Amino acid sequence: MRSFDDKKPRGKSLLRFAAPQVFYPLAGTLAPWFAAAAALLALIGLYVGFFVAPTDAQQGEVYRVIFIHVPAAWMSMFIYLLMAFWSAVGLVMNTRLSFMMARALAPTGAMFCFVALWTGALWGKPTWGTYWVWDARLTSQLLLMFLYLGYMALTAAIEDGRRADRAGAIIALVGAVNVPIIYFSVMWWNTLHQGASVSLTQAPTMATTMLAGMLLMAVAAWAYTVAAAFWRVRSFILERERIPTGWVPSLNDRRTVDGMGFLERFLEHGRSCMVRLGQLRRDHFVHCYGTVSGVSPS
Amino acid sequence: MKRRSKRLLLLGGAGALLVGAVVLVLTAFQENLVFFHTPSEVVAGKAPQGRAFRIGGMVEEHSIRRAEDGLTVHFSITDMAQMIPVTYKGTLPDLFQEGKGAVVQGQLDEKGQFRASEVLAKHDENYMPVEAQYALDSAQMNKAAESVQQ
Repeated sequence: MRSFDDKKPRGKSLLRFAAPQVFYPLAGTLAPWFAAAAALLALIGLYVGFFVAPTDAQQGEVYRVIFIHVPAAWMSMFIYLLMAFWSAVGLVMNTRLSFMMARALAPTGAMFCFVALWTGALWGKPTWGTYWVWDARLTSQLLLMFLYLGYMALTAAIEDGRRADRAGAIIALVGAVNVPIIYFSVMWWNTLHQGASVSLTQAPTMATTMLAGMLLMAVAAWAYTVAAAFWRVRSFILERERIPTGWVPSLNDRRTVDGMGFLERFLEHGRSCMVRLGQLRRDHFVHCYGTVSGVSPS
Repeated sequence: MKRRSKRLLLLGGAGALLVGAVVLVLTAFQENLVFFHTPSEVVAGKAPQGRAFRIGGMVEEHSIRRAEDGLTVHFSITDMAQMIPVTYKGTLPDLFQEGKGAVVQGQLDEKGQFRASEVLAKHDENYMPVEAQYALDSAQMNKAAESVQQ
């Protein structure tokens, strides 16, 4: 049987990251940074959105759900396009990693789609007067949710990894046609959902601080997507590369199998600091009062 | 040609066919995809007869009147070209105001009045701070006052 080292590519082309065993440690190193960036940006974005951005003249405070609803909706659409892109790459180039990346992105996209639908419904009731209407925008977004669920169900149901990839690719590519329909629905048809406040071709129709908050949340959502997809794809790589190629991650890979090395170390450090602090306080108490429980130590 | 280029061509062709199919389906379904009709379309007779449909437009200024029973409200919905009188019994959404968008669902009766079963407020994509709105309103009022003086 050929050993793992035979597959190591020579030269420093970026394409070497198309190999799952090369991408695995890179994803493990990058993911915590993106996660930290996501947390930081989300904190700042939510602060700007909830405390800095002004009250809307028409909707009052209820409009502030926009800082969650819009970034989630944007990401749900963008992630599906990414899934379609990686599926197409996998079909054309016959690679393994691109399919794994598509499958890794799906749950995050589904989550954002779910969040967009629910925050939208909760926003619609006090403003429009209803939780749901079957207009083009909402209906196509609901269809996107079904596509995500269908993709995840189909790829999970088929045992053979490669066949599952190809079946899922069909859903990803066909469903990608829905994404421009969602985006342009408010332009092409009469809808209850309002048009775009932010577009690439026109000036934004919202105050600058509102826009800033929304963009911060969008970048935070994107960073979270990268972190989540990278961590998830590592599981796929472990699952699917072990048997066919005999590859296991080396112990030199600083990011261990669970991929949470940095976070675990950080939390463990904090925990041990707290324990030590408690001990120090106890010792000081005993030093001052001679006892902890009311019985002198003798 | 290379197997990869053949696969790319196949995928691209399938994609183009798919987009074409979707475009055809959507254009064929235009009539059914309509969420609401404008008052002009209703006046022109393009709205469905004999069943419930929706009219979307702006609530005409100074047109909201409450009936004696306190629950029924009369108003007009307009698209700046035509106007439809609407009757509605029930609670209105908070954002329902004169000069703002609304979508009403119901049926047209013989007298040309629209009996609404549901009224939804439609808001636009503009988000303006309270101060900016106040400044805008003051500027408009000043302009109106000036034009009256002249």
